[in-house]
Amino acid sequence: MSVLAVAGTAAPKAAPPVEDERRRSRVPYLLLLPGIAWLAVFFVVPMIALGSQSLQEGSIEDGYTLTWNWQTYTEALSQYWTQFLRAFWYAALATLFALLISYPLAYTIAFKAGRWRNVWLVLVIAPFFTSFLIRTIAWKTILADNGVVAEVMRGLGLLNWTDDRLLSTGPAVVAGLTYNFLPFMTLPIYAALERMDRRVVEAAHDLYASPFTAFRKVTVPLSMPGVVAGTLLTFIPAAGDYINQRLLGSSQNNVIGSVIDTQFIRVGDYPTAAALSFVLMISIVALVVVYVRRAGTEELV
Amino acid sequence: MASTRTVDSGAGGHLRLAGVTKRFGEFVAVDTLDLTVPQGSFFALLGPSGCGKTTTLRMVAGLERPSSGSIHLGEDDITLRRPHQRPVNTVFQSYALFPHLDIGENIAFGLRRRGVARQEVKAKVADMLRLVQLEGMERRRPGQLSGGQQQRVALARAIVNRPQVLLLDEPLGALDLKLRRQMQLELKRIQTEVGLTFVHVTHDQEEAMTMADTIAVMNDGRIEQVGTPGELYDSPATTFVANFLGQSNLIRGTVTRADGDQVLLDVYGVAVAMPAARSRASAADAYVGVRPEKIRLVRAEGAVAADGENELTGVVTDVSFVGVSTQYLVRTPWGQELTVFAQNIGVDDRVRTGDDVRLRWVAAHTFALDATVPIDAGADVDDEAEAPVDARS
Repeated sequence: MSVLAVAGTAAPKAAPPVEDERRRSRVPYLLLLPGIAWLAVFFVVPMIALGSQSLQEGSIEDGYTLTWNWQTYTEALSQYWTQFLRAFWYAALATLFALLISYPLAYTIAFKAGRWRNVWLVLVIAPFFTSFLIRTIAWKTILADNGVVAEVMRGLGLLNWTDDRLLSTGPAVVAGLTYNFLPFMTLPIYAALERMDRRVVEAAHDLYASPFTAFRKVTVPLSMPGVVAGTLLTFIPAAGDYINQRLLGSSQNNVIGSVIDTQFIRVGDYPTAAALSFVLMISIVALVVVYVRRAGTEELV
Repeated sequence: MASTRTVDSGAGGHLRLAGVTKRFGEFVAVDTLDLTVPQGSFFALLGPSGCGKTTTLRMVAGLERPSSGSIHLGEDDITLRRPHQRPVNTVFQSYALFPHLDIGENIAFGLRRRGVARQEVKAKVADMLRLVQLEGMERRRPGQLSGGQQQRVALARAIVNRPQVLLLDEPLGALDLKLRRQMQLELKRIQTEVGLTFVHVTHDQEEAMTMADTIAVMNDGRIEQVGTPGELYDSPATTFVANFLGQSNLIRGTVTRADGDQVLLDVYGVAVAMPAARSRASAADAYVGVRPEKIRLVRAEGAVAADGENELTGVVTDVSFVGVSTQYLVRTPWGQELTVFAQNIGVDDRVRTGDDVRLRWVAAHTFALDATVPIDAGADVDDEAEAPVDARS
């Protein structure tokens, strides 16, 4: 009798958890819904539209029809491959310089700045308080033909190979890119170094590693997630950026971002612009995949 | 690679610290410390947290530079040598394993830095894995191991280099009791097997006593006493040692006669005798000490004390049965409570709370200390491991 009573009360009590479980398994999807909806409307749909546009023929006046015209791709590539290469070259240089500047900077802030650490961090972030566009326009003044920087470099004979100009040259574009993306490199490296266990470096010293060896064998590997994140955050936007080239470069050193902008806005050749956009995106994704695989930071991706 | 050669050379020898002082601003962490650690010994630096023992260890490792004084290893002055140039390795309290390297590479780290041939590295790492019983784990990352396994990796990573001195900074602090006991035995076994000099920093007096050949008790940046565990326990030199190592009954007294090999003291009107060799009292005022398990409890109406025995009287105020022994608290006529441990041998004649008793002990078990410090120095120091004092912060 008592056994039955126990069983009788136990059975209905066992049921709710199943219901609860089911509800809980739906929660993640509900939480993802806004993000998925956003991406669907503002990424997937435009992406399909862009892909379709790149395979259409026609004109703005007469309208476009989808003809699966793959020729747009081959023509666009054969015409603009130099701008593609230049964009990647500038982005790579800017990433390299940003890394060379950021690593010592982040290292100093993380390990040597002491109570000045927060001041340094604010200084790194401070440029964000002003618009990207305005800061780049300011660089036009800094690098101007009669500006101090150009004068000094001219005096040192460093501008002989660019018609005595600094503005409108490739180096000016790379300088602008480096400057604009510097915080994106510095902050991830700082974060990685800052959360590193310093005692591990002491252990390396204790195990016969000289300061340089300890840096190479312990500090650098442990900061790699930050370096990889920083290079991606710098290289990806820098490869597609055309503001720096527009403001600090000239028609002699056009990059692919500029070309796409011109094709869309001024020329109105939508299929070519769409095809170039697609190629740019896919080549960046391919480069990033190769890079992340080689860098071997499985924690990051 | 000149540094490599200096590491390998040096015929070994005692580790000597002479007048070593370390100041952090105003704070004196280690105060003119003199210490000799004999080659091949298992030496324990014992003290409460913040007593300067870890700082001392870090100075031997080269991770901290002494403010003054010198450190010698055999004939070599290593005071100012960089950590990577010393034939000394450390097992860190936090283990500090390299998270980006697997267990095999963690152990091989020191060997590779010293340019040991690849084949030899492989063989030595395999030997070490066997010694610490982690065979088959060399491809795992430190994060995949348990605390006890990580501790053994930390140990293997240091021992594989055959340093002249191995420093252990509370390496067992993070382990649970059972694993700690097991690792204590293992450490002792490894030390006997490889014959290196071990300097073991700990706040756990039991750990120090079971493992070390020699113990140096540290307090407030100074060494209180150095000796074998037996010496420290039987004849503590200071109140701190008497209270920190085990328990002690300390009673205020006055030296009335000191002639030949016997000292007589007056303890609240009772005469207490002891061998002169066991008295550390330099003035007339002294603390008379006796360990709780050395005292015999007899009912007040019992037989008279034997020759060579001291006797005090009191009333039992508390009896607690702890299995192998019973702990009694006895209030003396002057109101002090003394502790007595009695082994549970007989079944009858159990002393009860409120009984009048006599406390008797062999005079040779008495010790006497200077009465210039508080009577409870070292009695209630924090017995738990605390986060290591980060010397730089």
